[in-house]
Amino acid sequence: MNPNHIYQVRICTGTLCHVMGGALLPELKPYLPEYLKGKVQVKGMTCADYCKQEDRKPPYVLVDDHLIESASIEKVIAYIKKCENHDSKQ
Amino acid sequence: MTPSNNATLTRRELLARICSLLKEGRLEEEIDRIPLKMRPKDNHALRCCVHKDRAVLKYKIMALLGYNIDDEEDELTSLSDYAQKAWNREELSPVVMTVVDEACSSCQKGSYHISNMCQGCEARPCAVNCPKDAIYFVNGQAQIDHDRCVNCGKCIRECPFHAIIYRPVPCEEVCPVKAISKDDQGIERIDYNKCIFCGKCKDACPYGAIMEKSHIMEIFRAHEKGQKVIALVAPSIAAQFRQPLDKIYQAIEAAGFHDIIEVAEGAEKTIDHESKEWQERIGRGQQMMTTSCCHAYTELVNKHIPELKDRVSETPSPMAYAGRIARERYPGATTVFLGPCTAKRHEAYFTDQIDFTLSFEELGSLLVACEIEINDLEGRLPQVHASGKAQHFAHSGGVAGAIKEKAGDGLQEEIINGVDKKAIRQLKQYAKGKCTANFLEVMCCENGCIGGVNTLMKGRQAEKAFHENQFQTTDLRE
Ligand code: FES
Repeated sequence: MNPNHIYQVRICTGTLCHVMGGALLPELKPYLPEYLKGKVQVKGMTCADYCKQEDRKPPYVLVDDHLIESASIEKVIAYIKKCENHDSKQ
Repeated sequence: MTPSNNATLTRRELLARICSLLKEGRLEEEIDRIPLKMRPKDNHALRCCVHKDRAVLKYKIMALLGYNIDDEEDELTSLSDYAQKAWNREELSPVVMTVVDEACSSCQKGSYHISNMCQGCEARPCAVNCPKDAIYFVNGQAQIDHDRCVNCGKCIRECPFHAIIYRPVPCEEVCPVKAISKDDQGIERIDYNKCIFCGKCKDACPYGAIMEKSHIMEIFRAHEKGQKVIALVAPSIAAQFRQPLDKIYQAIEAAGFHDIIEVAEGAEKTIDHESKEWQERIGRGQQMMTTSCCHAYTELVNKHIPELKDRVSETPSPMAYAGRIARERYPGATTVFLGPCTAKRHEAYFTDQIDFTLSFEELGSLLVACEIEINDLEGRLPQVHASGKAQHFAHSGGVAGAIKEKAGDGLQEEIINGVDKKAIRQLKQYAKGKCTANFLEVMCCENGCIGGVNTLMKGRQAEKAFHENQFQTTDLRE
């Protein structure tokens, strides 16, 4: 991945995700470690029907094309870190 | 606690499932399956085993059906039976919260413990200063003899390595009035002679063992009977969702409410009446008057600081006024107060104009069950949209601000933002005449109602949504 890559974090603002644990996800930015601060863009997205499955695991967050279920701030940051480490090893 | 925790999410999921089944008319048929579906066999149990987990869910569902856990007939009575009886019951008891004893009892009495941060130093101030000789050393590590320890906490203050920790009982720790304590089985019991219905214990319990009795059955039944159901919505609604207020209102209507009356419309009347009352009382030579809109605060005064009683305003709360407006506008309709507050649930039992209450958390689950996408709605404001001043009642400082504007500059306000043990000590001083201000606003929850225990957002996110909505509504009115 290109070193200037900006991670697009999209937080579902749909009713179900909001009620089922997603309400505080937009707090994400201040929790980012220094080295990631300029590399992440946080936006909302409307319900993309991930919640319509029988075995739903809200709240949902997309990081680029990767879907995170039962998302928490920690999970999202851990995923981005993993991508970064993976990159630096290449 | 932050709303992002599993105890909260379990409660919301349970209620969403109950609402879905109610909507489909399959509650009695399917309700006994909810615990099985939410805790399937192959899953890792949260407690000792999946059966215990399911039993806990069963009791939580009982509370959501509006029962006290003590109402349990016997363990074999099915949820389906309870659901049927709840559907047909005529009356609700005014007990607001109930302890799910199956979920409780997991916390040991609050106590001190020494962690492996202990360096076994030479100074050993913990042992030297312990008044009960309760600290001894094994392999150079401090230990506490719990038979001797009296929980005085000296050691924790003395240890230079911060190696000593206190493990609290979370519900007891947050209760500002010592109304919750263990019975001889180790289960927490609420003493209603002391309880002010602030709901802090419910919020703090990491097992979700303290449940509010929901009115969801009653609300659905009113609907089923073809009654008009009117939503009286507290202004702190503006801090619950990321969407603008008009969309939120439309979502509430879509969930089956005939119309919406803003409780802030009632607050306009509170402002008028309370500012006159203040002028009148100060004119009579009274030194100070204090607010009446927060029910947890007035309960606090009644039960714990009766010396202050004569200085509490007699003006009805915005909810009570909104109830009167609803009765006039829609005679014969069912009125439901929607708010973030456990104490209002108690106040509503004793307010003739309010039939039932629905918390914002329950509203969230209801919207989920009705599959209402707030983002997709156009937005519609109710026919009467109250002023920004009245909406601001939801925020600490809002009441004092509005009364001051009306009553004039002679009003000097003092604001207590959140009731804890320290605030109570201060209030007791004020009761002795030590308050220099002549108007005292007290809200039990920090930041006011937007910081209530049944909210969907907290802290900065709640503030942000609330203020954005304030601006938006002003724009809309201009
Ligand atoms: S509400 Fe988030 S995916 Fe549907």
